[in-house]
Amino acid sequence: MRFTLNGVATDVAAHPMKRLLDVLREECGLTGTKEGCGEGECGACTVLVDGVTVCSCIVPFGQAQDADVVTIEGLGNAHGLQQAFMDEVGAQCGICTPGMVVAASVLNEDPSLEEIRVGLAGNLCRCTGYAAIYRAILSSARAGKA
Amino acid sequence: MKTALSTLEMRRATSVAEALEILRDEPRMPIAGATDVYVGLNFGTLPELRYLDIWALDELRTITVNEDVLVLGALATYTMMVASALVQERLPMMIEAARQVGGPQIQNRGTIGGNIANGSPAGDSLPVLAACDAVVVLQSAGAERRVKFTEFYTGYRKTVMRRDELVVAVEVPRVSGRQWFRKVGTRAAQAISKVVVAGVRGEGARIAVGSIAPTVIRLTATERALATGSLDEAMVALRGEVNPIDDIRSTADYRKRVTENLVRRFWTETA
Ligand SMILES: Cc1cc2nc3c(=O)[nH]c(=O)nc-3n(C[C@H](O)[C@H](O)[C@H](O)COP(=O)(O)OP(=O)(O)OC[C@H]3O[C@@H](n4cnc5c(N)ncnc54)[C@H](O)[C@@H]3O)c2cc1C
Ligand code: FES
Ligand code: FES
Repeated sequence: MRFTLNGVATDVAAHPMKRLLDVLREECGLTGTKEGCGEGECGACTVLVDGVTVCSCIVPFGQAQDADVVTIEGLGNAHGLQQAFMDEVGAQCGICTPGMVVAASVLNEDPSLEEIRVGLAGNLCRCTGYAAIYRAILSSARAGKA
Repeated sequence: MKTALSTLEMRRATSVAEALEILRDEPRMPIAGATDVYVGLNFGTLPELRYLDIWALDELRTITVNEDVLVLGALATYTMMVASALVQERLPMMIEAARQVGGPQIQNRGTIGGNIANGSPAGDSLPVLAACDAVVVLQSAGAERRVKFTEFYTGYRKTVMRRDELVVAVEVPRVSGRQWFRKVGTRAAQAISKVVVAGVRGEGARIAVGSIAPTVIRLTATERALATGSLDEAMVALRGEVNPIDDIRSTADYRKRVTENLVRRFWTETA
């Protein structure tokens, strides 16, 4: 089945009902996307499909046909958000981090704290208490403007 | 995923006509945004083995106004509704409801058709549709029928929809009066605490409540009392017609109290 993965045309043979999450991790070897709850609640498995966030643990692979899929790997290793998460210590165990960064990557360029809260409402973190995550996103937006 | 993949099979339809032919020839469970279906599959609690992917049916991904009726295509997502000027203008209580569904990931994928067909009494769009006297449009191969939303459910997660039918749209006639929506309780705790109320205050009152009965219900006696009497009389009527789901006793009492408080707030806030 054909789709675009992190900007590259890709063809993967897998069961159409396999979870997109498992195809990304197993068939495509992209293990940056994590599984937390496996029921759509925690957002650890967040990826972009056609530019919007989805929980890849509840998306059948067949629904990614012809779609444009972007994972945490697709943001590259030097994305401003990634640096900001490190600088502000926005990660502890790190399971939620890839999903947080992907969700934050589609916020507007200069989000308010409230917009960050709403935009990340589908991403749970059981370690940081969120403050450092919000700080990281705010500082990344500031750095982007500077 | 707890369900064994090797036992499952899915076909992908590329047009509504093709989907309806497939359903005519063999029963299959439709999958729209998959936000309910895949939670079931991940838990291993869905007995279905054969599925029909309808996500690609762009014909159903529409929000339009036709002869003064707002038509929400079955694949309209919560995100689409929140962004729609037509929904904002005609059905602002749906926007309130949609904003409170899950997080952005769920709003991007979850559809109005899925919420209706899934039929959970806790579905947040359902009280909105019941309060505005919406009509569900069902299609099967070569046929179409319209069912009043308030007659769509026949029991707990039971509907009048046949297995060869799809929900293709829901129609909302123009709503006159003030619209009001409240959801109480978090999803995590919804089994014991959630109550959803949608109300319209125009000539009279139209009030629908979710999560307190096997299906979404209209409070018809309360509506009548509000139209002709006082709020206190309406509360007596409400206590008479609301019999929350009978699980743990205190829970039923709690739900009744919350419903009363919400209806009071609806009436005072829309005065
Ligand atoms: C983390 C999380 C949070 C959630 N929070 C909420 C919430 O706050 N409020 C709420 O109401 N819901 C919530 N849900 C449930 C779910 O997102 C909604 O019910 C959603 O609207 C379902 O739409 P869907 O397209 O994903 O349905 P699917 O999962 O694709 O389908 C659901 C059911 O409807 C049937 N179906 C779907 N479309 C059609 C159609 N066009 N014709 C006939 N049958 C059809 C399917 O066969 C299936 O039985 C949540 C789910 C998750 C995972
Ligand atoms: S693992 Fe997908 S939402 Fe938690
Ligand atoms: S850092 Fe551990 S869950 Fe967020």
